[in-house]
Amino acid sequence: MRTILPVAVVVAAIVAFWYLAAIPMNIHFAVTSAQRAGAEVTPESGAERRNMGAIALAARNPAQWTDSWTQAKPRLPVPHQVVAELWRTTALQHPASKQSLVYHGWVTLSATVVGFAIGTGLGILLAIGIVHSRAMDMSVMPWAIASQTIPILAIAPMIIVVLNSIGVQGLIPKAIISAYLSFFPVVVGMVKGLRSPDAMQFDLLKTYNASRSETFWKLRLPASAPYLFASLKVGIAASLVGAIVGELPTGASRGLGARLLTGSYYGQTVQIWSALFATAILAAALVAIVAGIERATLKRMGLAT
Amino acid sequence: MILIIAALALWAIMWTVNVRLANGESAGTSTVRLLVPLLFGLTLLAMWELVVRGLELPIVILPAPSVIAERVAGSGPTLWVDFKQTFLKGALGGYAIGCTAAFLTAILVDRWDFLRRGLLPVGSFVAALPIVGTAPILVMWYGFDWHSKAAVVVLMVFFPMLVNIVAGLQDTTQMQRDLMKTYAASYWQGLFKLRLPAAMPFIFNGLKISSTLAMIGAIVAEFFGSPIVGMGFRISTSVGQLALDMVWAEIVVAALAGSAFYGVVALIERRLTFWHPSQRR
Repeated sequence: MRTILPVAVVVAAIVAFWYLAAIPMNIHFAVTSAQRAGAEVTPESGAERRNMGAIALAARNPAQWTDSWTQAKPRLPVPHQVVAELWRTTALQHPASKQSLVYHGWVTLSATVVGFAIGTGLGILLAIGIVHSRAMDMSVMPWAIASQTIPILAIAPMIIVVLNSIGVQGLIPKAIISAYLSFFPVVVGMVKGLRSPDAMQFDLLKTYNASRSETFWKLRLPASAPYLFASLKVGIAASLVGAIVGELPTGASRGLGARLLTGSYYGQTVQIWSALFATAILAAALVAIVAGIERATLKRMGLAT
Repeated sequence: MILIIAALALWAIMWTVNVRLANGESAGTSTVRLLVPLLFGLTLLAMWELVVRGLELPIVILPAPSVIAERVAGSGPTLWVDFKQTFLKGALGGYAIGCTAAFLTAILVDRWDFLRRGLLPVGSFVAALPIVGTAPILVMWYGFDWHSKAAVVVLMVFFPMLVNIVAGLQDTTQMQRDLMKTYAASYWQGLFKLRLPAAMPFIFNGLKISSTLAMIGAIVAEFFGSPIVGMGFRISTSVGQLALDMVWAEIVVAALAGSAFYGVVALIERRLTFWHPSQRR
C-alpha cells in the first residue's frame, strides 16, 4: 500500500501529461481539417497558422482540442488510441495473421529466447573456465570487461548481412546478436558469483579433502545463484533489444522491429507506438518471469525469504 | 593450409607462454597483468589474419585486420566527419542533456518522499525497457539531423541516471543526517556538503552505464534515417554495398570512442571518489 498509491499518482500524472502534450503536437492538422469541415477557427489563413507556435494555436482554438485526440495519423497518438490499436491487433486478429502483433511478437520472442539460451550457456561455461584457469582469467577477463564499453549493437547489421550472404536467414542471425548481447553480462556476473564464497568456506572444504569438482558443485555453483540471476535479468532485456535491432537493417517483414520500421516508413504512428508498447510489455514479462524463477529458486535454496 | 597450421601453432605457443606467465612467480606484478591480456589480444588478431588469408575468405564475409587497418588509415577524413556527427553531436549532446535533466529531476524528486516512492518503481521499470525503439518516433519529430539522435540518447540515459542518483541521495545514515541537523545546516547545505558527496559513487555508476547507452542510442537511431554522414549511416550503407572493410573501420572507431568515453568517466570517478572503498588500492 505504501508504494501503490504514489505509483498510481505518478502514472496518472504521466497519462494526463500525455493527453495535454498531444494537443499542441497535433493541433495544426486538427485545426486545418476542422476548417475544411466548415468550423470557425482562428486565425483564418493557413499560412498564418503555419507560422504560429503550436501552443499559441492550441490556446486560440479550444474547440479543436478533442479533435487532436482522434486523428488517424497523429504526430503523437494518445493512450486510448494506442490501447485500441493493441487490442485490435492482438485480440481481434487471428494469431497467425500478419496483422497480428501476437505473430510478430512471437517471431521476436523466439529469436530472443534462443539467443538468450545460447548466450547464457556459453557465458556460464566461459566463467567456469575463467574461475578455474589462472591463465584464462588473466587473458580473457580484461577483454570481457572492456567489451562492455563497446557499442556492440553497431555490428548487428553486418552479422545479419554476412550470414545472409552465406545462406543463413531467419531466426539464427537474430539469435546470434541476442546471444552476443546477453553473453558478457552473464560472464562478468557469473565470475563474480563463482568467486563469492569467502576464504573460510574454501578452507573448510579443503579440510574435508574436497576435490575441485566437489568444491565447484557444492560450494561455488550454489553460491553463484544470486549473481547469476541478477545478470540473467540484465541479459534477457539485452537479448530482446538485440533481437529487435537485428530486425531493422535487412528490411525484415516479420517481428516487432519490422513493425517499428514499416510504421516509420509509412508514417503509421499508431502502429509504431503499439509496437513499442508490445516490446515494453514483452520486456517486462520476460524480466518478471526470470525474477519469478529467481525468487522460487533462492527461496528453495534458503537464500531468500 | 600452411597459414592455418601456422595459426594453430601460434595459438599453442601463445597459450603455453601465457600459462607460464600466469602461474609463474612474477604473476602478481603489473607488467605481467598488462602483458598477458595484451599478448592474448595480439595473438587473436594474428590468428584472424592468418585464418582469413589461409582460407582465402572473400572480403564480403570477413576482411583481414590488415585490410581494416589500411581502411582506417586511408579514410581518415570520412571517419572523422562521421565521428563528429554521431559521437560529438549526437551521443555527447544527448548525454549532457539527459544526465543534467536526470540530476535536476532527482534533486526535485528527493525533496518529496511521496514523489520518490512513486517515481522510483516507474523509473526502474522504464530503465529495463528497450528504449531504442523510440528512435523512429523521435526521428519523425526532430528530423534526420543529430537533434533526433540526441533526443534518443536523452531518453535512454535519463532513467538509469535518475534511479541511480535518487538511490545515491538516500545513501546516508541517520547518524550523519542528525549530525548535519545539530550543525543547524539548511537543506541546501546538507545536500551539498553531505548527501551529494555521499551519492557520488552511485552517480558515477549511472554515468558509466549511460556512456555505453549513449553510443548505442546514437548509432542505432541513425538506422532509422540520418543525413549522409554519421557512423550508423555509414555502417548501414556500407553493409548494403558489401564494403565490409568500411563497416569494420567504423566499428573500430566506435569501439575506441566507447572505451575512451568510459575511461574518461572512470578516471574522473577515481579523482572525485578517492575516499570510497572500491577505489582504494
